[in-house]
Amino acid sequence: MSSIRSNPQRLSVLDRPNSYIGKTVPRPNLDRLLQGRGSYVSDMELPRMAHVVFLRSPYAHAEIVSIDAAAARRMPGVIAVVTGKELADVITPWIGVLSHLKGLKSAPQSAIAVDRVCWQGEAVAAIVATSRAAAEDAVEHVGVEYRELEAVTDMRTALDPATPVIHASLGDNLAFERILDAGAVDQAFAGSDAVVEAEFIFGRHTGVTLEPRSVVADWDAAEARLTIYQGTQAPHMVQNIAALHLGLREAQVRVVCKDVGGSFGIKVHIYADEMATYALAKLLRRPIKFVADRVESFNTDIHARDHRCKGKIGVQRDGTITAFEIDDLTGIGPYSMYPRTSAIEANQVVNLVGGPYTTKNYRARARVVFQNKNVMCQYRAVGHPIACSVTEGLVDLAAMKIGMDPVEIRRRNLIADDAYPCASPSGLRFEQLSHHASLAKIVEMMNYEALRAEQAALRKQGIHRGIGIASFIEVTNPSAAFYGVGGAKISSQDGVAVRLDAQGSVICQTSITEQGQGSQSLTAQIVGSVLGVSMDRVRVILGDTDMTPYGGGTWASRGAGIGGEAALQATKILRKNILDVAAVILQSTPAELDIIDNAVVNVSDGARRIELDELARIVYFRPDTLPPGIQPEPMATRHYVPRDYPFAFTNGVQAAWVEVDTDTGFVKLLKHWVVEDCGTIINPQLVDEQIRGGVVQGLGAALFEKCVYDDRGQLTNANMADYLVPMSGEMPDIDVGHVVSPTRESELGAKGAGEAGTAGAAAAVANAVNDALKPFGTMITEIPLTPQVILSALGRI
Amino acid sequence: MKAAAFAYARATSVANALELLAVHGEKARVLSGGQSLIPAMNLRLVAPEVIVDIGDLAELRGIVVKGDTLVMGALTRHADLLKSSDIVKCAPLLGAAAAHVAHPAIRNRGTIGGSLAQADPASELPACMLALGATIVVHGPGGERRIAAEDFFTGIYETQLAPQDLLVAIELPVARTGSAHFFQEFARRHGDYAIVGLAAQAMLQGDRFADLRLGYFAVGDKPVLAKAASKLAGATITPALLAEASDALSHELDPHEDQQATPAMRRHLARVLLARCVASLLNRPDLNIGGRS
Ligand SMILES: Cc1cc2nc3c(=O)[nH]c(=O)nc-3n(C[C@H](O)[C@H](O)[C@H](O)COP(=O)(O)OP(=O)(O)OC[C@H]3O[C@@H](n4cnc5c(N)ncnc54)[C@H](O)[C@@H]3O)c2cc1C
Repeated sequence: MSSIRSNPQRLSVLDRPNSYIGKTVPRPNLDRLLQGRGSYVSDMELPRMAHVVFLRSPYAHAEIVSIDAAAARRMPGVIAVVTGKELADVITPWIGVLSHLKGLKSAPQSAIAVDRVCWQGEAVAAIVATSRAAAEDAVEHVGVEYRELEAVTDMRTALDPATPVIHASLGDNLAFERILDAGAVDQAFAGSDAVVEAEFIFGRHTGVTLEPRSVVADWDAAEARLTIYQGTQAPHMVQNIAALHLGLREAQVRVVCKDVGGSFGIKVHIYADEMATYALAKLLRRPIKFVADRVESFNTDIHARDHRCKGKIGVQRDGTITAFEIDDLTGIGPYSMYPRTSAIEANQVVNLVGGPYTTKNYRARARVVFQNKNVMCQYRAVGHPIACSVTEGLVDLAAMKIGMDPVEIRRRNLIADDAYPCASPSGLRFEQLSHHASLAKIVEMMNYEALRAEQAALRKQGIHRGIGIASFIEVTNPSAAFYGVGGAKISSQDGVAVRLDAQGSVICQTSITEQGQGSQSLTAQIVGSVLGVSMDRVRVILGDTDMTPYGGGTWASRGAGIGGEAALQATKILRKNILDVAAVILQSTPAELDIIDNAVVNVSDGARRIELDELARIVYFRPDTLPPGIQPEPMATRHYVPRDYPFAFTNGVQAAWVEVDTDTGFVKLLKHWVVEDCGTIINPQLVDEQIRGGVVQGLGAALFEKCVYDDRGQLTNANMADYLVPMSGEMPDIDVGHVVSPTRESELGAKGAGEAGTAGAAAAVANAVNDALKPFGTMITEIPLTPQVILSALGRI
Repeated sequence: MKAAAFAYARATSVANALELLAVHGEKARVLSGGQSLIPAMNLRLVAPEVIVDIGDLAELRGIVVKGDTLVMGALTRHADLLKSSDIVKCAPLLGAAAAHVAHPAIRNRGTIGGSLAQADPASELPACMLALGATIVVHGPGGERRIAAEDFFTGIYETQLAPQDLLVAIELPVARTGSAHFFQEFARRHGDYAIVGLAAQAMLQGDRFADLRLGYFAVGDKPVLAKAASKLAGATITPALLAEASDALSHELDPHEDQQATPAMRRHLARVLLARCVASLLNRPDLNIGGRS
């Protein structure tokens, strides 16, 4: 790890003796999870709890002519069969738009379809029974008469006049369009030595979580309160939305989020079936459990990507990139998702293309269209993989055209490490990035020159290996600029409360959530370090709207940077409060005292003066022994939101080393490298594993994962056998290195690391495959790079 | 994803299993390792009323060598194929193939009888049966039937088994000196069903094949014992002859289309496998012509 800026003063509260910052310490929740004591929604059993199963549309687009549930209602164990019309009395529809995404439109969406279904898998009726099996038996006896309508499936023709309009009230199938024109693009292209164009195609895929979406909703009619147990990334957002549409005050809704088996952005949205489950609990006055099965997960968990992006790059013979231009098209399903909307990904693509490079000439158009397919929305690294693959694919094309090495062309165009602060042509503001340090580091880690020599030697034996490089930027620590300014009640600030318990341990309540990435660990590390107590004395409570401060949760690589800073600031106050009391007890001054290793010590000689448990005993049980007027404050709360920059950008670079079997079209991933800069690293292992996990999801996009729809809008591979999730057997070793440029906005200096891996992995692999295929004169700009795609490109079939 | 309700019977003997099957007929299903049947039931692709569990039947277990014949009970697990020293000696092709069948957890439960009865055209073991010239031993209402592997598989998930039948054992000729095998499949992830695969068994005589049996799988609705092999047996093989055999193979195969591959791609991959197989068995890298004509 190397640091390109050191700022010893600023790190002082973290750099204390026995600091956990920058250390790999095991997560506090590890034993619990490994011993099978995790508590997931599907483990929950409540008295009188019933199970809901949704009857889902077999058609992509159809009118619901009639629903006959009489036979199903008579089936054993069935409690109720509820249609969309009936549920509409309990819960209101919603529209997934945000005001800062100008022109974004969508149609009202109901918890259960009313009169019309718009994608295969949309819920048509809810069957509530004493068990999931009984409900599944009954589903087969609900008779639904549909009148099939023409389905809009191809995004390329969605805007044609001949194509039916999915929502007549909207006038057309265009959900959102954004146009950007910065610098002098035409002039730049005209003055370029070479201009290269390509169309990049991205398969629609999804984030397959080990634990499916699950909810238990429990309406307490006596208290008029709804408790929602849900694996969600944003409990307060769920609270707000549930209250809004059920006609309740937020105080009447409690959201509890226990252990979550993976989320990746899948669980940061509000889904119609989850809303229906809340409403059913209220309607039927009993706890209702919904656990999606794998088939409905594929049909209803948000999908992502599915872009076709035309790109153009201008370059001079000396390697100077003169301009970028893109025209992006994406199909998002029949509704813009609620409440974060489905325009964000395309918007991000426009924001991010060309982001690492100096050229100021950039033109972009993005169009987002409706289709009769499952909804699309934000999934890990929203927009980044598209932007990175287009940008880096174009840069490699330009390099190839002028005969320059891919590393060299990047060296000549990446924004200089001393050029910050600065802004991108799309208006993104960068505080401090480290593209050149990162590139230098990865070149060294992979031994680039030696690898090129090996590649050349193997080429002579008919073995085709390739190297792919991809620089990237990543949006992290979003301020209110992301959602708040558009009117969504999604908090960008987070809060942390820390208190000393009666035996000198610490209880910490934070509004960020844990879905496996280590929020609990990093919070405990910060609290332990700043306060001066050992981590085993810090208990972190999260995921409960009744029990934690108000905040955003965990998404957009924000937990460590925002929630971590709130923890740091709250703990500083608690430390001060404790030292104030200690000074009184010890007849000293706070300045002469410190807390180290669970005791108050002298700053001068480190002598232990009073153990924290003894101090706590006095504070809680013998305050009578303190001088008059002294009121200890053994609890402190702080909130934090970044204000200087809308986003804390991070950067990095990835490299892939692959072998292509040109007889079979199979790609073997031999090795992958990542260098990234997330600022202060709180726990190196957690950061590295975030990177690796993210890379694997990017590699999934590159080679394996695709939701395959037929032209009638049927998802044809909605199972784990046909939808290929990347598995360890195919994964390469992934080496991770770091450059550290802390953000000055916070004392912690941490930026996000959760999405960097996903942002650049597919781009690196695609560039590597094209590098391997260079002698064959083929260029493939489509992912996933399946054997069929590669053999076709090679003209072998 | 919950199976429809069903009744369950644990067979106490082969005779008892046959009785149960005779009584319930088409409404019953044999449960062996459950690795194909249970997922299908949970997806409600099948909804048998009665499950006849044969898991307890010691009579159906075990691998034994009787003279020139290797006999495997229907309950032989995929994992056993990887471990058994008799398999290594007498039918090493099976061990090579079993390593590609699913994943360890599934191999610990899945059985050879189940795999053959399931008759998934993309399965490894049925193709091995063709290459090895196996005999499938079936007990049914009319007594014992011994069916050659080439006749056993009749279509996608279809075999000569009637609902009242029980597959009890598989018999294979023990490998003789001079025999060699080749196994390779193309799958996008290790453990997946193949896009195309080849299980081959050969008798070598100097630099020629005295006999060559090519069991292709995932190339149509059932495993195929390629007739094109006859062009290569007994001859001195040149790239030109191999290309001729490849062309014959292309003609002979009638592969299906699915999400992984078009028929053209399957034909191409089958040719690639043929070249790799011949080059490897004869130790002639010059013959690895990568599916070209
Ligand atoms: C994730 C996964 C991946 C897999 N990958 C592969 C793979 O790559 N290649 C592959 O070949 N297989 C694969 N399989 C299937 C696996 O090999 C099964 O074990 C095999 O197909 C069936 O064997 P079984 O003993 O589990 O049979 P069961 O599932 O118990 O039965 C399968 C069918 O055969 C019938 N049957 C079983 N035994 C008998 C008998 N003795 N007589 C008459 N009928 C009988 C049953 O009634 C049923 O119809 C995979 C399975 C899973 C779950």
